[in-house]
Amino acid sequence: MTSSLFFNITTAAYFIAMVVFIVYLTSKNEKVGFIATLISWVGFVANTVAIGLRWQEAYALGFQQAPLSNLYESVVFFAWSILLIYLLFDLKYKYRAVGAFVLPGAFAWMIWAQWSLDATIAPLVPALQSNWLTYHVITCFIGYAAFAVACGVSIMYLVKVGKEEASSGSPVGGILAMFPSVKVLDDLNYKAIMVGFPMLTLGIITGAAWANYAWGTYWSWDPKETWSLIVWFIYAAFLHARFTRGWVGRRAAWLSISGFAATIFCYLGVNLLLSGLHSYGG
Amino acid sequence: MDNKSEIQTERAKGFVTDRIWDFFCSLKLAIGTLILLALTSIIGTVIEQGKTPEEMAAKHGWNLEFLNFLDKSINAFDMYHSWWFLSLMGLFAVNLICCSIKRFPHVWKTVNEPKLVGAEGLFRTLSNVEEVVVQKGSIDEVRDKAVAFLGGKFVAPRVTEQDGTIYLYAEKGAWSRFGVYVTHASILIIFIGAAIGNVWGYKAFVNIVEGSAVDQVWPRGGKEPIKLDFAVRCDNFDVEFYDGSQRPKEFSSDLVVLENGQEVLKKKIEVNDPLTYKGITFYQSSYGPAGDATFRFRIRERATGQTIEATARQGEHVPLPGGASFAVTNFAESYDRFGPAVQMHVNTPGGRHGNPFIVLQNYPDFDAQRGGEYIFSLLGYQQRFYTGLQVAKDPGVWVVWLGCFLMVIGSCGAFFLSHRRLWVTIQPLTKGVGVKLGGSAHRNQPAFALFFDSLRKDLNATLSGN
Repeated sequence: MTSSLFFNITTAAYFIAMVVFIVYLTSKNEKVGFIATLISWVGFVANTVAIGLRWQEAYALGFQQAPLSNLYESVVFFAWSILLIYLLFDLKYKYRAVGAFVLPGAFAWMIWAQWSLDATIAPLVPALQSNWLTYHVITCFIGYAAFAVACGVSIMYLVKVGKEEASSGSPVGGILAMFPSVKVLDDLNYKAIMVGFPMLTLGIITGAAWANYAWGTYWSWDPKETWSLIVWFIYAAFLHARFTRGWVGRRAAWLSISGFAATIFCYLGVNLLLSGLHSYGG
Repeated sequence: MDNKSEIQTERAKGFVTDRIWDFFCSLKLAIGTLILLALTSIIGTVIEQGKTPEEMAAKHGWNLEFLNFLDKSINAFDMYHSWWFLSLMGLFAVNLICCSIKRFPHVWKTVNEPKLVGAEGLFRTLSNVEEVVVQKGSIDEVRDKAVAFLGGKFVAPRVTEQDGTIYLYAEKGAWSRFGVYVTHASILIIFIGAAIGNVWGYKAFVNIVEGSAVDQVWPRGGKEPIKLDFAVRCDNFDVEFYDGSQRPKEFSSDLVVLENGQEVLKKKIEVNDPLTYKGITFYQSSYGPAGDATFRFRIRERATGQTIEATARQGEHVPLPGGASFAVTNFAESYDRFGPAVQMHVNTPGGRHGNPFIVLQNYPDFDAQRGGEYIFSLLGYQQRFYTGLQVAKDPGVWVVWLGCFLMVIGSCGAFFLSHRRLWVTIQPLTKGVGVKLGGSAHRNQPAFALFFDSLRKDLNATLSGN
């Protein structure tokens, strides 16, 4: 029983769930939707077990570190976080169709990690040997995951509102009929960001606390820090836009999507394209 | 000037100042500033801060003229401290303050002077309302039942009697209305903390050679050292590598704080575990060799078999028997996987340089295979290290943490809690007693509607006596 076996199960489950969700949208059969959700749960449990086993494997090698030490581990943890947020939203609001827009994302992250990222367990460099690493990474990624769900919901919103306007307000049929109403999608977008924003805030704060503890500066305008602040600015703008006429709906959805684009840049782009203190994170 | 036009000018003035005030309070300004801050912040992540246009142009092959232009026009190489970026931050702060000043009194009033009386007009504004007519029992009995009911299901209400009608008012989470203002205030507190650190604190560095002490540190970007009123000595520096690799596992320094020559504090610092004394913190940040290393060799002359031992500093020419000499030119603590290694050469008695060769400490017989006149074995070496420390003094940091703490508390209040209010009006009717229940939440209405629905059913059951 190795972690890689369970990572394979995770990837397979996310793929099957994604396909079944699409079948659900076309067949409009609630049972199919239930099965898709069930498979998502199976994947999530496998993902959890895999991360736990990897933790154990690192300890067996003599490295006392949480499985959040390199890009591979962060990507599979990101997939896990996305499922966590999605399944919590599913338990609370039960809009099955959202799965069709979230599971492809989780699957894409898993398949990328497994196909092209280095999965060897390497020991941490001294700068990363701290409990702060765990707090910082967990808060950031739960925030990112909530933004991922918000982005999926925003895409659904734009697709649906576009079609509804094209058919001059009359209810749209086909797959789109399975989407929650635009009002609900707009609200779900807001709710996901309401979870993500405080988590991102905590992530930035734990990062600052750690930086201060390790280097004596809580903020140094390093590109990664700055990008996390850019993401924070965008979602802060989004939250204020909710209370302003003319900024709800379409513009809010676009803000949410650009917020997630900035999130992805903060997560990957900074490490791949820019230089700075976080460059060892990739 | 006649009175009329004077009044008109006054009005116009008022009009203009109102407009300016409204502008600074507006959400549109908040959204605009946030988006502008997000967009402009990108510049400093692409252009490496603290570098020069020449360095950037050389590194990336970018147009030097354009980089010079960015440097001169928008201070792009130190943009987060430029006048325009700080002004944008200032505008953000002014916006925060103005909108809070504008809205806060109203919220304060809502929380501190709640509407205890659920008048007809108020009920018309509520979307959650229920009316019950109780046939049996006096108005006092109904009141007691309703008070007990709210106390059990929600929270004990406040009771007001007016003209024979009884009004109950119960609320929960009123202070969550302050969440937004706590969050706004927390941002200002963080700004203040950052300003305190900038004015009264510093960031510096110092290198201490093993065995020596320093009492001054070098500020970043400054020329004059900062004098400390104590000294710091480094007794020992250690670096540990992961087995069989050059990946450092941990490096640490044994530091001693001295006041007037007396040892007052001792600590082994590591990366992620600094030492703090009198508000000044020392962080393990780098290390390196201090001065030249000294090497001990055993040398065998191939022709005679004679063996000698010799000590050499790096770069020093040491005589060999027979008039020749040797010198160490380079040293690596870990050469590939072979461990400590030196690069050296032998000079002929005439002073001509021989070819350089490598001697490995872990393989004492390796050099014999070279076939040289002299066979070298490296017995050991001594290398003193210096430890590189970041030094920081930041009296504002606790203000920043207070701000961060308030931000977390405030945003939790602002996002996850809501002010829920219930009004009950109990009045005698011609037949029986009329009870009206109404409620509102300032956030998350769908959840409140569900709560209200179950409350409504329970109230019906309670009042009808079941």
